[in-house]
Amino acid sequence: MKHCRLSFRTLGRHGFLAITTAFVIVPFIWMVSLSLKPPEEIFQASFSLLPQSWHATQNYIRAMTASPLPRFMLNGVFICAVIVVFQILICAPIAYALAKLRFPGRHVFFNLVLVSLLIPSQVLALPLFILAYQLGLLNTYAALVFPFVVSPLGIFLFRQFFNTISDDIVHAARLDGMSEFTIVWRIMLPMAVPALIAFSIFSVVGHWNDLFWPLIAVRSQELMPPPLGLMAFKNEDTGIDYGPLMAGSTIVVAPLVLVFLLAQRWFIEGLTSGGIK
Amino acid sequence: MSGHGLVLRNICKKFGSTNVIRNLSLNVIPGEFLTLLGPSGCGKSTLLRIIAGLELQDEGSIAIGGREVDGLRPKLRDVAMVFQSYALYPHMSVAKNLAIPLLMRRLCAWQRIPVFGALLPGTASRKSEIIEEVARVAKSIGISHLLDRKPRQLSGGQRQRVAVGRAMVRHPAVFLMDEPLSNLDAKLRVQMRAEIKELHQRLGVTFIYVTHDQVEAMTLSDRVAVMLDGELVQVAPPQEIYANPHDRRVAEFVGSPKINMIDVNVCGGRLAEIGGQVLPSELTIGQGTLTVGIRPEAFHLASSGEPNSISAAVRLVEHMGSDLFLHLDLTGVPDPIIARLPAASGHIAPGNRLHLRIRTEQLLLFSENGQRLKQQASVTPLREYAR
Ligand SMILES: Nc1ncnc2c1ncn2[C@@H]1O[C@H](COP(=O)(O)OP(=O)(O)O)[C@@H](O)[C@H]1O
Ligand SMILES: [Mg+2]
Repeated sequence: MKHCRLSFRTLGRHGFLAITTAFVIVPFIWMVSLSLKPPEEIFQASFSLLPQSWHATQNYIRAMTASPLPRFMLNGVFICAVIVVFQILICAPIAYALAKLRFPGRHVFFNLVLVSLLIPSQVLALPLFILAYQLGLLNTYAALVFPFVVSPLGIFLFRQFFNTISDDIVHAARLDGMSEFTIVWRIMLPMAVPALIAFSIFSVVGHWNDLFWPLIAVRSQELMPPPLGLMAFKNEDTGIDYGPLMAGSTIVVAPLVLVFLLAQRWFIEGLTSGGIK
Repeated sequence: MSGHGLVLRNICKKFGSTNVIRNLSLNVIPGEFLTLLGPSGCGKSTLLRIIAGLELQDEGSIAIGGREVDGLRPKLRDVAMVFQSYALYPHMSVAKNLAIPLLMRRLCAWQRIPVFGALLPGTASRKSEIIEEVARVAKSIGISHLLDRKPRQLSGGQRQRVAVGRAMVRHPAVFLMDEPLSNLDAKLRVQMRAEIKELHQRLGVTFIYVTHDQVEAMTLSDRVAVMLDGELVQVAPPQEIYANPHDRRVAEFVGSPKINMIDVNVCGGRLAEIGGQVLPSELTIGQGTLTVGIRPEAFHLASSGEPNSISAAVRLVEHMGSDLFLHLDLTGVPDPIIARLPAASGHIAPGNRLHLRIRTEQLLLFSENGQRLKQQASVTPLREYAR
């Protein structure tokens, strides 16, 4: 009897998870499916996952050639890399100070970090736009990067992870002659690799997919990250040509999916062992 | 090579409103092995961190080797520390763990930058020098075969050795050790204890060793500093601490099995009684109670009817191999007392009655507030007093 009930419950749980997963994954599958079809099939009343006549090559070639998609992708890589490097360079020392140094007001600082976690980035768009304008940064790579170099999420994640590292390690490092910055780079960060990877994924995914701020910050096509590029591409050239558009979208998300699959283990460890526990 | 002396003057430390170290002064002789002995939470680790410069004292000053170090960072104090948790860097190999203190001291910041630093003049030769020194230290403590491993691939004893090695490589004048053996199993602890003692003899530098284990303190030290509630109660060689404690708490903390403490009433400065025996004869306190401390080995067997002997009922016998621990009931004493007799004392079973004598020169007298009274005690039969 007991065995029966247990497996029934497991079944229910898996069923629930499957349904919620479907909500997330169906649009993706549809996107990939559309990217393989010729235009006639896309608006057919009957739905099929695989196309009757394959149109994949044409769609993907058109996606790569009709717009500067490779350029958008390179922009995305560059912007995300610069952002994540700056974020780590800035967040790790701050997180170390909050976790391991005792100074007046550190609780206040940490609470400020928590508060700023709650503020949606859109709220700050207007002041940031004005700031970028005043600094003459609009329509440059710098405009795409500067609002994100200090990340409250990064500070929070690293601080939580550093907190779990014993004080003795820090003390040993000081006795061994390390400066506080050396401790951050040589001891704390290498020990926090799971948190580092988890945060990097968050950051890269977030900024790779970001449409809102690039839309405000840049106009020239040479600077556009992938989503903004895709959008421009849709308006200008294709009109309603969904096959190549979906092919372009697939190309844009593919690297993220790939990276996540490769780093999945660390991602989960980084979030569970140091962070949100 | 010889170590530096160390002078602590009126050190005070508070965490919030709790006084962790209270006006503590201590003089450590160059080259000596001094143990800070005290129960958990009495402030030993805090004091060690203050000496190392990892924590700042609120008041008082520290001199190491005749030099005031109060404003100096830990790196500049010429001390090394072995932590209870070992505090090895988990992401570095054993060799790297051992090399770090040297790398940080001998290479400048530019030379330590990966790749780029290797191109600077002098980096390569200094690095190979460091590698040689690491190899030498590793060999001297028997961890040469472990150099490529990560700390998590080591056993507790091996980690402990690496931690000691990391402290050794830079030849500090003072070694600070914070309960380095407490995470090891009993057998390994005995072995590592001997190794630490040997290390001290070999290096000849000053060791300050923190422990709550009185056996470690007694076996290792030149002098023991007994610390209770943030204060040093007594600083003396182990034999002295054991035989001549200044304070009731010291007597109770040191010695296993624990010293027997018996409260006795004093009448007219003369009479006090244990198990029908009167002691001692010349007390300065007139009236009131005092406590007599009797070490378990201060008892010895007597034949029945022997003068000055007391009779006791055996509750429990513990065979320890070379010794017997007897738990005894004495008439007029509420708690059982423990006596330690040679194993060859004959067959003794629970329920037996024994006659014991007390080696009176080993009796310790304490006043009500725990102060040691220096008067000699003696045990005299009640009958003689009655006369
Ligand atoms: N950083 C700290 N903040 C607040 N209290 C502390 C801190 N470090 C130690 N204490 C307190 O000081 C007391 C002594 O601690 P410690 O020196 O570690 O004792 P021991 O090493 O003798 O066991 C303890 O009560 C502990 O709670
Ligand atoms: Mg401690």
